[in-house]
Amino acid sequence: MRRHLLEAADLDLGDATLVLDTAAQIDAALAGREVKKLPTLRGRTVVNLFYEDSTRTRISFELAAKRLSADVINFSAKGSSVSKGESLKDTAQTLEAMGSDAIVIRHGASGAPHRLAQWVRGSVVNAGDGTHEHPTQALLDAYTIRRRLGRLDGVRVVLVGDVLHSRVARSNVGLLHTLGADVTVVAPPTLLPVGVGSWPVTVSYDLDTVLPKADVVMMLRVQGERMNASFFPSAREYSRRYGLDARRMALLPDDTIVMHPGPMNRGMEIAAEVADSVRSTIVEQVGNGVSVRMAVLYLLLGGAPEGSS
Amino acid sequence: MTTYLIKNARPYGEDAVDLVLRDGDIASIGENLTAPGAEVVDGTGLVLLPGLVDLHTHLREPGREDAETVESGSRAAALGGFTAVHAMANTDPVADTAGVVEQVWRLGQEAGLVDVVPVGAVTVGLAGAQLAELGAMADSAARVRVFSDDGHCVADPALMRRALEYVKALDGVVAQHAEEPRLTVGAQMHEGDRSARLGLTGWPAAAEEAIIARDVLLAQHVGARLHVCHVSTAGSVELLRWAKSRGVQVTAEVTPHHLLLTDECAEGYDPVFKVNPPLRTDVDVAAVRLGLADGTIDAVATDHAPHAVEDKECEWAMARPGMLGLEQALSVVVTTMMSPDGPGPGRLDWRAVADRMSVRPAAIGRLAGHGRPIAAGEPANLVLVDPAHRGTVDPAALASRSRNSPYAGRELPGRVVATFLRGTPTVLDGKAVK
Repeated sequence: MRRHLLEAADLDLGDATLVLDTAAQIDAALAGREVKKLPTLRGRTVVNLFYEDSTRTRISFELAAKRLSADVINFSAKGSSVSKGESLKDTAQTLEAMGSDAIVIRHGASGAPHRLAQWVRGSVVNAGDGTHEHPTQALLDAYTIRRRLGRLDGVRVVLVGDVLHSRVARSNVGLLHTLGADVTVVAPPTLLPVGVGSWPVTVSYDLDTVLPKADVVMMLRVQGERMNASFFPSAREYSRRYGLDARRMALLPDDTIVMHPGPMNRGMEIAAEVADSVRSTIVEQVGNGVSVRMAVLYLLLGGAPEGSS
Repeated sequence: MTTYLIKNARPYGEDAVDLVLRDGDIASIGENLTAPGAEVVDGTGLVLLPGLVDLHTHLREPGREDAETVESGSRAAALGGFTAVHAMANTDPVADTAGVVEQVWRLGQEAGLVDVVPVGAVTVGLAGAQLAELGAMADSAARVRVFSDDGHCVADPALMRRALEYVKALDGVVAQHAEEPRLTVGAQMHEGDRSARLGLTGWPAAAEEAIIARDVLLAQHVGARLHVCHVSTAGSVELLRWAKSRGVQVTAEVTPHHLLLTDECAEGYDPVFKVNPPLRTDVDVAAVRLGLADGTIDAVATDHAPHAVEDKECEWAMARPGMLGLEQALSVVVTTMMSPDGPGPGRLDWRAVADRMSVRPAAIGRLAGHGRPIAAGEPANLVLVDPAHRGTVDPAALASRSRNSPYAGRELPGRVVATFLRGTPTVLDGKAVK
């Protein structure tokens, strides 16, 4: 493993598989135990540096670090570092001076974790940067797919929704490609980036035609406000054309799973009967998130012997 | 006033001659000249060009003297071989009155390193709503001829039309920052494959080209002069070529960074490479080079944009756009346009370099004493360049108050050895005289 986890491209097939295998080992080690805690990172300090609200990701990282016995500091800096008065660099150096070994950063600006990684000696984990990437989300999604379907190589994944603004989409496209999956992105053309043609994916504007061949359908959150900037005419029309409802679910093969990174807009991109169906892995993804983040922190901070990279 | 005797310099890279500079002018040119009492400058192996003229410089004074002052920017300009620079209007307060342009002009005179030529704002406060008092600025001591809201586009087509028409009476020109603002809301970098992957909001080439297309039609319609700032896309070059073939009075500039760098620089998210318009693709770089070579693009202009450390040492989206350019402009032109391994049709010789960096920008800005031929009786605004020198750019060694050079650590050819402003050296032995 490298020192940081900034984007999916930081993980080659070996690294990505190692994270997933490590998460599986952690799950196995903790299964049935009353005290769900490992001593691996005792004495190490992990800082959650969150410039954006994100209850679920922050709690997931916090729990992951605590289950590895690390000390955890939650630093919430709403809004931008600049508007707050202190620069990201100053904040990072302050945290490091206090002895942090790893900084988990969530930031509204794409590339903020990359900047941070140049200013600190410890590890940096990207917990979501702007519209760029969210690599641990992609890892937990891959872990969930592998647990459910038993494999990743050749799995046909359909990603649906606001790809343009989605860091989850970018990380999943990169990681799933590395892991050998076959990815199709589906969205109205307004919600696909110019340049999507250079991605290792198939692009479709028509959800109904791709569903019968999908092993995994991953729904992305779509903000209703996007219609104000004319990305689509109305929430209702979006939902009709790109939402996953019971009718569309019936087009799926029997074993196909439905995923969503949360938080969901029920009735918008996903109907309640789909979200709550047996195909849905949404709750499972949350649980897997803790295991995968434990694996990432373990491998970055405690897993590899000194000097190896 | 000291007399200077330049020995064995090669005007435009041609045969070596001697020159005597006296009382601000080139007194004589010839072989084996002598001038009793003159300071001798050895020009052996050096290329002599007319002093360079920049149509596009941000000197930040008044308002952001922590980033640059008229004096520090003038020194950077002299070290880059310039004898005149146009100072953009987006200062604080904005240069939209005779008072502010005269202040900037006077600061330039006091510094005495280059002729600082203020650009006047087109609209009050650069707000794009109401014409500034263009006539008052033209009639002031600063004698403003170039008007620009640079940093902002004059986006309102009716206002742009009026501005183009109005400055005809002043022998002026509107220098347009071509950027359709509705297409660049939140834009961070060139829109394409890289922006898609990096998750940075895209700045589409069409946002520049749409304004250029509109403005050349307006300029033709009202018979006015238009100048297009920092052309960055292949499509823009094509539009300009078309407009010129139709006889539109349009001129255009390209920056050194758009001649050399691409959006690949955004990988790593270092905002020193954030600039407006953004760095584009290889295809665009090739097109602007070709456009400069064939004269479709008239001038190289630096868009020298100093920024304080804290405005660049931050997240990409929060950083201010812009990069330094004055001190490396000539070197970048040498490396991109004169390289023997560069593409044949895209190459310039020294006469063409003088044309694009001195003659034409001086003509666009209506500067009488600059961009003149190297001949007896002409003003002694000159620069001596060592074309054989290669150096590595060290931002800490720059004369600018800011350090946001995109060329840090890069080896570039060519070095300015001496610059003369009306016969007085501002740079000697590669060092600023004051």
